Amino acid sequence: MAEALLSLDDLAVQFKVGSMLAGGIKTLKAVDGVTLDVKPGECLGLVGESGCGKSTLALAIMGLVLPTRGRIHVGGQQISGDKPPDRMAMARTVQMVFQDPYASLNPRQTVRRTLADPLHLHGVGDKAEVEARVIDMMAKVGLRPEHADRYPHEFSGGQRQRIGIARALILKPKLVICDEPVSALDVSIRAQIINLLLELKDEMGLAYIMISHDLGVVEHVSDRVAVMYLGRIVEQGGWQEIFENPRHPYTRALIAAIPDPFHRAAATVAGAKAKGEIASALNPPPGCHFNPRCPMKADLCTVETPLLEAVSPGHLAACHFRDRVI
Amino acid sequence: MTGPLLKVENLRIALQGDGVTFNAVENVSFEIGRGEAFGLVGESGCGKSITALSVMGLLRRPLSLGGGRIVLDGEEIQNASAAEMRRLRGKRVAMIFQEPMTALNPLSPVGRQIAEMFVLHQGANWRDAMDRAEEALRQVRVPSPERRIRDYPHQLSGGMRQRVMIAIALACGPDLLIADEPTTALDVTVQAEIIDLMAELCAAKGTAILMISHDLGLVANMCRRVAVMYAGRIIESQVADAIFAAPSHPYTRGLIDSLPRLGERAKRGRQRLTEISGVVPSIQAYPAGCRFNPRCHAVTEICRTTAPEATSLPADGVVRCHHHG
Repeated sequence: MAEALLSLDDLAVQFKVGSMLAGGIKTLKAVDGVTLDVKPGECLGLVGESGCGKSTLALAIMGLVLPTRGRIHVGGQQISGDKPPDRMAMARTVQMVFQDPYASLNPRQTVRRTLADPLHLHGVGDKAEVEARVIDMMAKVGLRPEHADRYPHEFSGGQRQRIGIARALILKPKLVICDEPVSALDVSIRAQIINLLLELKDEMGLAYIMISHDLGVVEHVSDRVAVMYLGRIVEQGGWQEIFENPRHPYTRALIAAIPDPFHRAAATVAGAKAKGEIASALNPPPGCHFNPRCPMKADLCTVETPLLEAVSPGHLAACHFRDRVI
Repeated sequence: MTGPLLKVENLRIALQGDGVTFNAVENVSFEIGRGEAFGLVGESGCGKSITALSVMGLLRRPLSLGGGRIVLDGEEIQNASAAEMRRLRGKRVAMIFQEPMTALNPLSPVGRQIAEMFVLHQGANWRDAMDRAEEALRQVRVPSPERRIRDYPHQLSGGMRQRVMIAIALACGPDLLIADEPTTALDVTVQAEIIDLMAELCAAKGTAILMISHDLGLVANMCRRVAVMYAGRIIESQVADAIFAAPSHPYTRGLIDSLPRLGERAKRGRQRLTEISGVVPSIQAYPAGCRFNPRCHAVTEICRTTAPEATSLPADGVVRCHHHG
C-alpha cells in the first residue's frame, strides 16, 4: 500500500462563539475527531449537508485554521495546534478549487497575472519559463493563449472555473481540494468541468478531495467516499460499497433523497428518508448525532456514541446497527 | 368548468435595453390542467422565472409583457388592472420563491404573515385568522406551531421558513401554486421533505402546481408533464416519463446524458460524460435560427437560418427542432 499523502489523526477543530454578556461562550465543534487518509492519485469524495463541517475540514487541511486537537500530516509536513504549517511549502502541496468562480478570482487581475503570481512567489524567476508554464497550464484547462490578457468578467462561468482550476494547478500540487466545483455552474456546463478535472487528475497524478452534495457527481469521480454529519465521519468506504451497500441510515437517507427520474434508487437502496433537519452544531443531540432524524433509532442511540468501525475491510460505519441489513 | 386551468399562449416578454428591445421570452405556450403538476425546466437566464412572474402579473421594468394571452380559468388576465391582479394573487394563484428569507417579512412574526392572508382575502378577523394560521402551520408540519406562530423568520431554519412560505401560499386554497426553485437553497434531505410536503398538500386540495427548476430530475419526479426552455423559448414539452425515455430535442438529450447518474458507474464502469459544447448564449447575442444551433451536434444549414416550428409528439408533446427524433 502506498504511503498516505494526507492523513488526519483524530482531528478536531472547535470555535468559541457567543459572548460573556449574551448567554455565555459556547464551543462549536465544527470537526469532531476525524481520522482519514488520502493516498497519492486517489479521489476521496466528501459528502454532507451544510453545517456538517466539510468546509472547516478543508480549511484545516489547507492550513488556514489550526486544529484544536489531533494532527494533520500532509506531504511530509505536520500541522497541529502548536505547530502551524509552513505556508509556502503547503501551497506547493495542497491547493483548492472553490465553488463560486465569480467570487474566487481577483477581478482586477488578468488571467496571466493570476497564474504567474504564484510562480513568482515560489521563485520561478525566469520570464520565459513563467510565460511557458502559464500558456501550458492554460492549454491544459482548455483556454486559448489569447485569453491570457483578459479579465475574469470577460469569461463565462465555466471558463472562469477553468481559470480557477489552472490557478490551483500551476504550482503542481499533489492534492487538490475541490469544494463544490460545479454546483455554481449552468447545468449544461457541468459535464465539461467534471471531465476536465478527471483528465487532469490522470495526467498530473493528482489526488482530489471532492466536496459535493451532488451524489451523482461524487459516485462518478470518487475512489473512496466519506460521509460527514455534524462534525463526524459517519461512514466511509469504497465508492461501490457506499452507494450499493450503505450501512449508515444517514447515507441511505442522502441516497433516498435524490430525485431519481429513472426510479432506480428505490430498488437499490432500502430505508426511509430522514425526518427533520440537521441539528445545530452548537447543541448536537447526545449519543449518535443523527438519532432525532433516524428511522432506526433505539434507546441506545441517545446514550452511546457509536464508533466508526468496520463492516468489512475498508468499509466503516458509525452506527450501532451497522450490521443490520435492510 | 372544463378546459385548462391556466393557458399561456404565444407569450412574449420584452426586455427594454439601452435603446433596444430584446425578447427575453417569445412564443411560449403551455397549458396546465386542474390539479395538474407541470414543470418548467431550464438553465439560469432561459426565461423560466419571468414566465412565472408574468402569470402573477409581477413583471416590472425593464421587463414587460410584449404580447400573447394568459388565460386563468377561462378569463384573460394579461391586461387585468393592478387591483384585479391583487385580488387574484394569493387567492387564486400563489407563489413561493427560492430564498424564503428574502420573501418573508423579517419584522413580522410568521403567524401574523399567514393570518394576513385570511384577513385580506377572506375578511376574517385577526383572532380567528391567528387560530387558522396555527392550524396552517400544523398542516405544513412545523413542530409546536402554537409557539412557532410568534417566531420571526430569522428564528427558523431554512426548511422551516420554506414551510411557512408554503403555508402562506396555500392559506386561501389557490387553484394554482407557482413554485420557483423552491428547494434550491435547501439541503438535499430537506429538499426531499419539502417536495413531498408540497405534492401531498396540493394533491389533497386539488391545487395545480407550476414547478420551476433547473433540476430536470426533480421536476420529472414531481410533475406529470415537463416543458424545457432554452434561451427564451420552449424547445420541448412532453410527459415526464417520456422525456427521460425518449428525449426529442438535442438539448434535452444532451442535458440528460451529461449528468452523472447514480448507479450508472456500477453498471457500465466510469464513462466519460457527454458534454454539451459551448456556453449558454446571452440575450444580446441570441443566435439566428434555432438558438441551440451553435452548441448542437446535429446542426445543419437550416438550423442557422430558420427558427424551427413546433412539431407535435405523441401525448400532447411538442418539440421545436428541424431534426428531432
